[in-house]
Amino acid sequence: MKAFITVIGRDKVGIIAAVSNLLAERGVNIEDISQTIMQGMFTMIMACDISDAASFSELKEALNGLGGRLGVEISVRHADIFNAMHRV
Amino acid sequence: MINGIEILETVKMIKEHHLDIRTVTMGISLTDCISESAEATARKVYDKICFAAGKLVPTAEEIADMYGIPIVNKRVSVTPIAIVGAASCGFEKIALAMDKAAESIGIDFIGGYSALVQKGASEKERLFLKSIPEVLAGTKKVCSSVNVASTRAGINMEAVAAAGRIMKRAAYLTRDRDGIGAAKFVAFANAVEDNPFMAGAFHGIGEADRVINVGVSGPGVVKTALETIPDGDLSEVGEVIKRTAFKITRVGQLVARKAAEMLDANFGIVDLSLAPTPAVGDSVARILEEIGLESVGAHGTTAALMLLNDAVKKGGIMASQHVGGLSGAFIPVSEDEGMIAAAEKGALHIEKLEAMTAVCSVGLDMIAVPGDTPEEVIAAIIADEAAIGVVNNKTTAVRLIPVYGKGVGERAEFGGLLGSAPIMPVNPLSPAKLISRGGRIAAPVHANKN
Repeated sequence: MKAFITVIGRDKVGIIAAVSNLLAERGVNIEDISQTIMQGMFTMIMACDISDAASFSELKEALNGLGGRLGVEISVRHADIFNAMHRV
Repeated sequence: MINGIEILETVKMIKEHHLDIRTVTMGISLTDCISESAEATARKVYDKICFAAGKLVPTAEEIADMYGIPIVNKRVSVTPIAIVGAASCGFEKIALAMDKAAESIGIDFIGGYSALVQKGASEKERLFLKSIPEVLAGTKKVCSSVNVASTRAGINMEAVAAAGRIMKRAAYLTRDRDGIGAAKFVAFANAVEDNPFMAGAFHGIGEADRVINVGVSGPGVVKTALETIPDGDLSEVGEVIKRTAFKITRVGQLVARKAAEMLDANFGIVDLSLAPTPAVGDSVARILEEIGLESVGAHGTTAALMLLNDAVKKGGIMASQHVGGLSGAFIPVSEDEGMIAAAEKGALHIEKLEAMTAVCSVGLDMIAVPGDTPEEVIAAIIADEAAIGVVNNKTTAVRLIPVYGKGVGERAEFGGLLGSAPIMPVNPLSPAKLISRGGRIAAPVHANKN
């Protein structure tokens, strides 16, 4: 199952490391990663395969919790919502 | 491969511009619950709703989690109870069973305490109509509607008068809560059988046993998109709205199909609605102002709304396999921050709202009027709306709340998504003779299409 993880917030040391670590612990494979600074905000998008993650809701909660600790907003969404919206 | 800009656009739509799925509504047929005994019918109704929709709320929450999009309301609509309860006449018992089932399965509202009497009413249906105000006052989640007219049948003025009485009495019985009972009741012309929105949702007799209908939203997304073309001409405005409606509706389609699959129900329709909330940034009125009005209610409002409504449909129709329900822009006063502001400053009146209903998806919606408005005036407002719907071959509806003890200049507070509204003035001249004549207004000439 493909998902996109987005991280938006103030840039600081260790965001990618922390997110990648959390994903690795849950068997989530990062297939693509891009990051940029948009309007002064750190913005990262990760394309992931979450088929081996135990549960989507647990992954989501863990990412939310990490976001809270890092002071950034982390969300994970099934890829279908992006495909539905942007591809005919 | 989806690119980063598209991903961030979706995330922003949801996080910043209030894009959400307004409702996932399961339509449930109750025809197999009909029994001669009121108790047996009520028991079967309770069991069927709990069985069919027991997993509706957790499933909707799981889908919301998976796609990261809020699903604001989870609702159920049922076969019109005037039909289900006709054999037993146990209408009130069935309503209580509906309310209890709604509570048990954790849904927001249950619709279908309804009657279709556009051409005439049976004795049982008259009894049913009389029961509506008490049911609305005595239940928490039950919503009611009456179809009083259709393009093919004309306008049943007896039903119109009854609907006026229902609104007055439902408001009176709930006068301690600013007449909230009347906010759960709609009088329709050309009611649709697959509407997912309350208070008017019911599960049509021509529908399958279990059907998922989804209503999308997104006024904030449309307004934000229009802000990117402040100097675009109206053709460009239409194009931007179409593109945005397409994206919004695609999400509705995705959610509807997934919900139907997970709940073992038929996928019914996606309702291409722009449904506002009282939250800032989630207003249909503000879209009309973005198009170029100083305030909603100004001359030009009807034209702007026509453009908006039509573009929403054109964009949405290609995005979904099945489009239905009410589909279009909603213009409820109390549920739309921009409408409330316009009404408060005297820019928006019932007469202008009536004109707007000729070009948008529904009708006079969530309008608080003085509590001493006579029932025949309310009935005449319903008749005017029905006339617009019947002649234009579209759905129109009236949801008015006569707020007891309050007059023009005061406010009614309904709470939650129902919002709050300034009491709007109503033309006090009497239409009593028109209403008391009864009978039917014949179907218009263009109804004879066969």
